[in-house]
Amino acid sequence: MTLARRIIPCLDVDAGRVVKGVAFAGLRDMGDPEELAARYNDGGADELILLDITASRDCRATFLETVQRVARQLNIPFTAGGGIRRLEDGHAVLRAGADKIAVNTAAVERPELISELAARFGSQAVVLSMDVKKTAAGWDVFIRGGAESSGRNAAAWAREGVARGAGEILLTSIDRDGTCSGFDCGLTAAIAAQVSVPVIASGGAKTFDDFLAVFGEGQADAALAASIFHTAEHSIGALKKYLAGRGVPVRLSR
Amino acid sequence: MKLSIIDYGAGNLPSVERALRKLGAETECVARPEQIAAARALILPGVGHFSAFVAGLRERNLTVALRQALTSGAPILGICLGLQAMFASSAEAPGEQGLDLIHENVQALSSNVKSPHIGWNQLRRLRNSILLRDIPEDAYFYFAHSYAAAASEPHIAAACDHGFPFAAVLEQDNLMAVQFHPEKSGEAGACVLRNFLEWAQ
Repeated sequence: MTLARRIIPCLDVDAGRVVKGVAFAGLRDMGDPEELAARYNDGGADELILLDITASRDCRATFLETVQRVARQLNIPFTAGGGIRRLEDGHAVLRAGADKIAVNTAAVERPELISELAARFGSQAVVLSMDVKKTAAGWDVFIRGGAESSGRNAAAWAREGVARGAGEILLTSIDRDGTCSGFDCGLTAAIAAQVSVPVIASGGAKTFDDFLAVFGEGQADAALAASIFHTAEHSIGALKKYLAGRGVPVRLSR
Repeated sequence: MKLSIIDYGAGNLPSVERALRKLGAETECVARPEQIAAARALILPGVGHFSAFVAGLRERNLTVALRQALTSGAPILGICLGLQAMFASSAEAPGEQGLDLIHENVQALSSNVKSPHIGWNQLRRLRNSILLRDIPEDAYFYFAHSYAAAASEPHIAAACDHGFPFAAVLEQDNLMAVQFHPEKSGEAGACVLRNFLEWAQ
């Protein structure tokens, strides 16, 4: 009896469509969120994450509608984030059918947001999403979709987020995002060692061995990928069989 | 048969409702004492803080009605916090009283394991279970919680191990409850809900 390592496809959405960029830029259309969600739900995904990458105030209604449409397709856990600045934003996302809320920029700007969400909805519903980039100073947390350094150190911010009530950390390596050069195992292990909550590794997934490495030396509890699943380059089922064959505990669908 | 889903203001109702409807059940969300008194079978979903749950019931004057319905034998399925709510109290909210149908306390997960316990885990069967009927022994279920009840007593049908063995499936007369989220546990979870529906008929 072991807690399974999770495989989590991620849908980055912009105005109701799934998009994907390289190193947070150059967006390409990848399809309809509802169709992809249904495919992943039936294909053995352990969870689904939906991120509104525009996170603009004007598109709130469109995003909530997307959350609702995606939620209808799922019987697995569902995290939604992007543009959540206040308690009410989080409540709206949960009411639309998400199980967890991911916060990023707004939490850096006002860390109390994490405490407020955790007090109201419980830590298990609050995911601290952090975009991290290597700089001369070390691993820095970037905000606004990776556009701007927050000046915060990744490990320190992870610890603070957890102390404030975040129940999971979604850790994205900006350097690796969309590059297909593998997860940043060093970064993932460093953050996992700092916190008592599960860490979801994100950014750079390409091969099955990348996943094996991030669950091994990377110490990740879950691994997220987008492009390789969207393009059907890899199926989640085949990935899980590969991992199971190498001793990684995964939930195999029947 | 119609299932009455208790809405105390913080639970994640839509996904529970959707999962039950997919199985062909008729559902309604209830938030008034007389609705609970009239219900044939109840679902107590739960997401959030123990104190928010207690306060949510109290503000809606549901505590007494719910206790009465349950002591008079109405079938109920508690989910996640809905399981913990059946206990006397929780370390998450010292001083707050639960429904106290099971006279024990809910405790925090141990500090030597990751908390919250989030993800898919397997169960250890302790006795014959109504809710787990026809479900393979090695099936996975989705958990998301930081507190749990120790799996020490005869009313626990299955345990899960995370730090200490905790109550994953509780079955005692008309009281049924699961610490995991059946509505989020794929096929295995749907099977748990189906078993509850058939039993509650």
